[in-house]
Formats: sequence, C-alpha cells, structure tokens
Amino acid sequence: MSDKHLIVLTVNGIDHELLVEARWTLLDVLRHQVELTGTHVGCEHGVCGACTILVDEEPVRACLVYAVQAEGHAIRTVESLGTPTEPNDLQEAFSARHGLQCGFCTPGFLMLAEGFLTQRPTPSREEIREAVSANLCRCTGYQTIVDAIEDTARRRAGQTDPEPEAVR
Amino acid sequence: MSGPDFDGRRGRWIGAPVRRREDPRLVTGRGRFLDDIHLTGLLHAGFVRATVAHGRVHEVDLTAVREVEGVVAAYSAEDLGLGDIVALLDRPPEEYTPTTMPILARHKVRFAGEPIAIVIAKDPYAVEDGIEAARVTYDVLDAVVSEEAALAADAPLVHEDAPSNVLLDVTSFDTPGVDEAFQESGCVIDLVTRSARQNALPLETRGAIASWDERDEQLLVQTCSQVPHQVRTVLARSMRLPEQSVRVTVPDMGGGFGQKCVVGREEIAVAAAAKRLGRPVKWIEDRRDALTAGFLAREQRYRTRAAFTAEGKLTAIDADIVCDMGAYSCYPFTVGIEPLMAAAEMPSVYQLPAYRVRARAIASTKAPTAPYRGVSRPQYVLVMERIMDLAARRLGLDPVEIRRRNLITEFPYRGVNNVTYDPGSYLESLELAEKTLRAEGWYELRERAAAEGRHLGIGYSCFSERTGYGSEAFAKRKMTVVPGFDISEIRMDLTGSVVVTSGTMNHGQSHETTFAQLVAERLGLDLAKVKLRQGDTERIPYGWGTFASRSATIGGSAVATAATRLGEQLCVIAAHLLGTRVENVELDGDGGVVQLDDPTRRMAFEELADVAYLRSHLLPKETPPTLTATAAFDVPGDGTFSNATHAVVVEADPGTGQVKILRYACVEDCGVVINPKVVEGQARGGIAQGIAGALFEEVSYADNGEPSAASFIDYLVPTATEIPDISVDHLETPCAFTESGAKGAGEGGTIGAPAAVLNAVNDLLWHTGVQLESTPVHPEAVLTALAGAHRHEKASTPV
Ligand code: FES
Ligand code: FES
Repeated sequence: MSDKHLIVLTVNGIDHELLVEARWTLLDVLRHQVELTGTHVGCEHGVCGACTILVDEEPVRACLVYAVQAEGHAIRTVESLGTPTEPNDLQEAFSARHGLQCGFCTPGFLMLAEGFLTQRPTPSREEIREAVSANLCRCTGYQTIVDAIEDTARRRAGQTDPEPEAVR
Repeated sequence: MSGPDFDGRRGRWIGAPVRRREDPRLVTGRGRFLDDIHLTGLLHAGFVRATVAHGRVHEVDLTAVREVEGVVAAYSAEDLGLGDIVALLDRPPEEYTPTTMPILARHKVRFAGEPIAIVIAKDPYAVEDGIEAARVTYDVLDAVVSEEAALAADAPLVHEDAPSNVLLDVTSFDTPGVDEAFQESGCVIDLVTRSARQNALPLETRGAIASWDERDEQLLVQTCSQVPHQVRTVLARSMRLPEQSVRVTVPDMGGGFGQKCVVGREEIAVAAAAKRLGRPVKWIEDRRDALTAGFLAREQRYRTRAAFTAEGKLTAIDADIVCDMGAYSCYPFTVGIEPLMAAAEMPSVYQLPAYRVRARAIASTKAPTAPYRGVSRPQYVLVMERIMDLAARRLGLDPVEIRRRNLITEFPYRGVNNVTYDPGSYLESLELAEKTLRAEGWYELRERAAAEGRHLGIGYSCFSERTGYGSEAFAKRKMTVVPGFDISEIRMDLTGSVVVTSGTMNHGQSHETTFAQLVAERLGLDLAKVKLRQGDTERIPYGWGTFASRSATIGGSAVATAATRLGEQLCVIAAHLLGTRVENVELDGDGGVVQLDDPTRRMAFEELADVAYLRSHLLPKETPPTLTATAAFDVPGDGTFSNATHAVVVEADPGTGQVKILRYACVEDCGVVINPKVVEGQARGGIAQGIAGALFEEVSYADNGEPSAASFIDYLVPTATEIPDISVDHLETPCAFTESGAKGAGEGGTIGAPAAVLNAVNDLLWHTGVQLESTPVHPEAVLTALAGAHRHEKASTPV
C-alpha cells in the first residue's frame, strides 16, 4: 500500500522531486503535490477532459496516467500558457469570445486546443468541433469555445484579425 | 441626482458587451475552486453509501474501517447524533405529508447511494480503502422505481408515515367552464408525456471543507453552494449551534444549475466530523457519487386534455401531473418544487379561459430531487407546445398560425391561474423566429429533402418564464421558508473605488461583470473601480443566493439601488463642500459630482472620500462620515416574465435513427440586456442542456433500484458535435418592477429546447403516423417509426 517511489516530474520546465505511491494519478500529484491546481478533476474516468494536459506536447488525460509513468516526459499544464496580466493568444481569444462561463472546464479545453493546433495549425471549423468534442463543457454550449479556437488558428496563420467580439 | 433611463435606452455600461472580469484568473488556471483549497492538517472524507435501494439497516460495522492504514475516524449516524434536515410546506394534511432527511441514514435506507457513514483519512486513497472495509447489513425491502409501483395499492412505503407514497396532492385550479368547454369543443387533444430523470450535472461536483476555528469559536465551512446563507442555517440547526458560530464561504464554483441551491447532507456530516476531530476535513464528491447520489430532477408524467374551437382557439386544459421526487424533500424548496411550479404556470404564454389541474409529488427509492434549471417548465412547455402542434395538424392550421391565435398579446394579462404577466414580446419573438427560418430557406429545403427521401422537420416552442420570484410570489407556494428578496451593501474607499456585495452567488453567470456594469452605470464610475463580493455569510448581508434566474433581476436591483443611495450620499457631501444646495449637484458620469449651475465646479469621488474619512470635521453634524449604503430589493406581486421563441430544424438519419440539429434559432426577451454576450451565453448553455434532455440524458434504474448510469459512459452528456451553433436575437421589453430593468436570463434556453426539438422530430415523423411524446427521444424509436413508414410505402407500391 504505502510502497512509495521517489520520482522526478518535469512540469512546465521545472523538475520536481516527489515521493508518490504507485497508485496516485498524475492528476492528483499535479494538483496536490506539485500544487498546480489549474488542471481540474471532472470525472476521473477519462471522459470529461477537465484534466487535459500536454505530455510531450500531446493532449493527455491526467486522470488516466499514474504519476510514476510520467517520469522523463515533458509535462505542460495550463499554468504554462500565460498569466492573468499576460494571457497567451488562446486564452485571450477564449475571453474575447466568451468561451467560458464557470471556467471549470476551461483549462482542459485550452490544453486540448494547444495540442490540437500544434498538430493541425489550419483546421476547418468542423475539424475544430470534432476535436473539441473530446471534452465536456456544461455551461457554454461549445459554440464560443469553437469560435475562440478558430480565431486563434486564423491569427496564428497570420490572417487578418476577425472582428473583436467583446470590448474591454 | 439623475439615474439612467431604462426605457430601452442604453447607457455607457448597460448593454455593452464588456469582457468578463472573471476571465483573467479562470483562463490561466488561477481560479480558486473548492478542491484547490488546502489547509494545514487537512484530512479527507468520503461516505459509505447504501448498496441497496430500499432496506432496513441491520448493522453498520465500522470496526474494520478504523483499522485501515491511513484512516483517522469513521462515524455512523449514531456517532454524530445530528438533527435532521426539515423542509416543510404550510399545507393541510390532506394535501401534504411532511418527511425529514437524516444527515446519515439511520435504521433505513431509501435509495442506493444514500450516505450511511463518513470515513475520514489522511488522503483520498485511504478514504476509498476505508469505505471498502465497511460492513453494512440490511433487511432488503422492495424498491419503488416507477410511478406505477409507487401508486400501486400494495406498494412498499418509502416513508412509513406517508401513506400510498404520495407526499403532495393538490388540485391547484378547477375553474368554471372546464367540462363545458370539452363538451362544446370540436377538437380535443389527449396527450400523455413523460420526461426522464436527469442530472443537472455541474462539471465541478459538490463538496465541502470544514474547519473549527478555536480562536473565533466558529465553524468555517467552505462549500460550493448557490445558497450560502441557507447552508449556514441548516448547519447551525443540525449541529445545534447559534448561527454566529457558523460561517459559510463559497469560492469559485464550477456550475450548479440548481443542484447546488439546496442544502446537502454530506456538507453537514463533514462539518460535524471536523468539529469532533478538531482538524480540517475536505470532501469532494466523485463523479460516480455525483451521478448516483447527487440531487436529480425532471422525472414527470403529464396526462393532459386540451379543448380547441374549430378556429383553433384553446378553450380549456385539464391536466394530471405526477412528479417522482425520489426519497427525500430538499431544503428549502421541498417536494413541492416541481408539482407546484407545474400546476401554477402550465398555461404558459397562451390565453386560456378554463383550467383544471391536479399535481402530485410521489416518493420513490431513488436519489432525491432538487430544482434544476427551468424547474418543470421544460416539461409543461413541452406539453403545451405539443398540444399546439397536434391541434394545428388536426385543424389544418400552420403551427405558427395556431400559436398566433392563442398567444397573450395584451399586457398586463391576468391568467386563469391568478398570475399577472408583465409585458413581453410573445408574438414578436414568434414572428421573428419564423421570418428567420423562412428567409434562410428552411421551409423549401424541407420540401426538397422530402422529395429526395431525406427526413427534415421544423419545430417551434414559445414560452415565458417567471424569473423575478419575489417573496410575494413564493409565498403563494406556501413554503414555510419563503425566499424572495436580496440585500446589497456598497462601500467606497479612499481611492474612490467601491466594493459591492450581493446575496446572490455566481456559479458561471458572470455576476462580477454584470453587477459591476450596473454599479458603474448608476454611479458614473469606471468598471475597473467596482469589485463584487459574494459568498461569505460573515461579510455579506443575508441573501437568497442564485436560482430561478433571480440574480440580475432581484440581486441586480438591490445592487443598483445601493449604488443609487451611495450616489446620494456623495451628492450631499459634495453640495456641502461646494457650498451649494444638494438639488444643485449631480453625478457627472465620470467619477465625480458636478455643480449644475456652474459645471466648472466639480469634486471627484476621491476628494469626497478623503473628506469623509480623513477630515470628517469638515462635514456638518447631521452628515455621517460613511460612504456606505445598503438596499434591500424584492419584486412585488407576481414577478417578472422573460419570454422567447425557439425554432429548430432537425434531420433524422434513416439508417441510425440519430437526430441531428441543422439550425437552431433563439429569439429571447429578458428585459434590459445588461451584457448581450452574457445573455447569449446563458441562452446557448441553457439550450445545450435542453437538447440534452430532449435527445440524450436519462438517469435510469434497474428494477431493484440500482442506478444504471454511474459513469459518463452510461450517462450521455452531449459534446460539441451534438450541440449546433445557435443564433440568439434579443428583443427588449424593459421590466417596470425591477431597478435593473432586467428580467432574468438563466433558465430560458433549457425551458424552450425540449419542446422545439420534439416538435421538429414529430414534424419529420408525421407521415409515418407515429408521434413521440417522451424525452429523451431514443434513436431506436425514430428508426422504428421511419422503418415502419418505409415498409408501409413499399407495401403500397404496386409491383
Ligand atoms: S477528470 Fe480526467 S477525463 Fe474527466
Ligand atoms: S464553462 Fe462551465 S463547464 Fe465549461
């Protein structure tokens, strides 16, 4: 039960030396030991996507991985994207498009979108919708999330700015 | 001083699509949700839950639990000795049977998932180990899982003192003329509809962190609740503490949708355990428990008859409503929440001369129910809108035309249900929705598609929703605890910034933004200088929380009134310092007070605050040096009514029976729109939940009462590929009763969607001779109907 393992997790470019039980999920260890609580818990069975992070730049559900398995991989959480005063372009787009309400699902969607846009920099709206269907949001009805990702993809591809949806 | 004119006119901040002030923290993972909070010495809790739906508890043996490595304590009901949760209606015994809900089950369990014991351990994994070691034995009783089983003559009783499992039985209305209308009617529609049990399903599950502060002699309970003050009351009563010894705070909340506007029993058990142990205890509900033991809603059956004239005028409704409320009554709303709402509001947006309705709440051995976004309105609107479509077909009228003939168009309208409807845009919203679909060519497409063998249907729903339920309106329900008002307090600091409080509780509705817009507008202050505080019973005056779309309507009006009063105080101080009469000054809309007859003379709020706080000797004796104002607000009379029309185009796949939504148009009117983006977000999110109810979500049970959907694998929450893009048009009929001019926008989407979707599905099925009257609509049912029609067509084709 309490067979503990000393591991090193590389999270957002920083190494953390941690003593973990083999059964602890990466999600729990990130939240409660590394103390990065931006990654959320929605179901712990791999469906809702609230726990989505990037492992070696691929979107991964942190509730389906044990912390001990993540050693030696580059882990990125929502905290790596931007800060409240300097959000990154995707975070900015989520806000501009009202792509969130309670915000509980948001970190998962952001990380999903980051990984997706790296793999598919110029997706169609349908492809975005398809990708986004990996995660659950109970508040927004998804449309504004798709909008935000679409805007970001266009901007990153150097296309002209879409009309700003909301003023500051 | 002058306030803004709310007659549809927009100010600088009202009506502006300003960015959400919640966003910077939420998009960067810096929000603070309940599970993000860590306290020194924190322990974790979980619950031993009933594995049978119905049974007498023979023995609760926690010996082995206490021996599990990492477990600190385990308590049964007997160990904690807490008072029950009591939610009552003030109604005579022939109408209502009171029941109570113990914090932990004693003697008897009434649904699978009911908490029996609390286990506290050093980490959540050890909690799970502990729960597994518990030994509970039962004398198993028969489960009660359906309306038929509950009402059967020899039904097992869920509560021994509730004969025949009927907790509430009211004939709310029986007006003259019902029978005559049916005798005279040339068109009577008989309809039986059912809607499945649903889970409101906030993405953040329920939870609580409790700690006892020795220094303050106070229990601090941090919990995700839409109603913090009501949680405090139940905690204090159940633990036999004065209210001042309990403080409830709420951090960022990941949704609630009504499920978190009632007081749960687990929060109280966690608090009691923390007090006993003298250590903080955290409980975060896991998804399995949230699906099986969280509060549910919507399981209702309506038997309705409707009479129409040959011209398509509705003349009478006779309805029999049964709501399956599960095992317990919720605090503070009680088991009356669904049946009483349905009975009072069923006539909806239509002129109805005669009305009879019986509504019952029955007990079953399923997880208890709570309000869920829309409360009964998705169900009775579905009934009314189906009736309209069926009558239209029968009478050879267009579905839009029959609605046009029956909609309330003159306001204020006093209904057969004794409710006065405040002005809305019932007809205008319908006409705009229809125009939109016609202009976009959906009607032609439907015809063309039919010729090509595709199956397209068009459906509408019209509805209004009472949103400003003030205490007068709630008192009609005869709850012993009557919600309704809200209180706001506003304070200005030395920098001319304000902190404003509200008794409402944001769980995704952007209160920090819209309430700040209201205050900024009233005071003529920059948005950045307004900060909202909610969710702390120690710092916030008594409030009723957030439910029934009441936040902008009632909470917002309290906030706006408090701001107005602070503005008056600022004017009094400014007039004195400027050496003029108070009638000769006004707020200048830019963070200051200006002299009317000499606009060069102006004082900024900072200067006024400086005098009030740091040089109060400059003020006359009768002017107190306070820049603090408080205001209570309650909506008088029957409240406010938002309204909308939803128009939907769907296509059914003849191979799979899957229904796909091709177009969804919403035309809504929630009075003054404070922030259009926020209102659109509420509409879209609500519609997504309504579509979920129409096509996907269902909490089902095996015959023995075991819940069949314990994970997201079995409970089908729609994703981005099932929810279409939705257009939202705003009409604005400002509300005369509220300070904000707003009417409330939280629930409408959920209310309108099931009816519109079901009507569209039935439109495409009409030629098959099959109509589906229950939600969710299963693909199998659509497939069977289409296949039947197909066979029929084939058989009749000459060889
Ligand atoms: S918490 Fe990992 S997918 Fe839901
Ligand atoms: S914003 Fe609340 S769950 Fe997505």
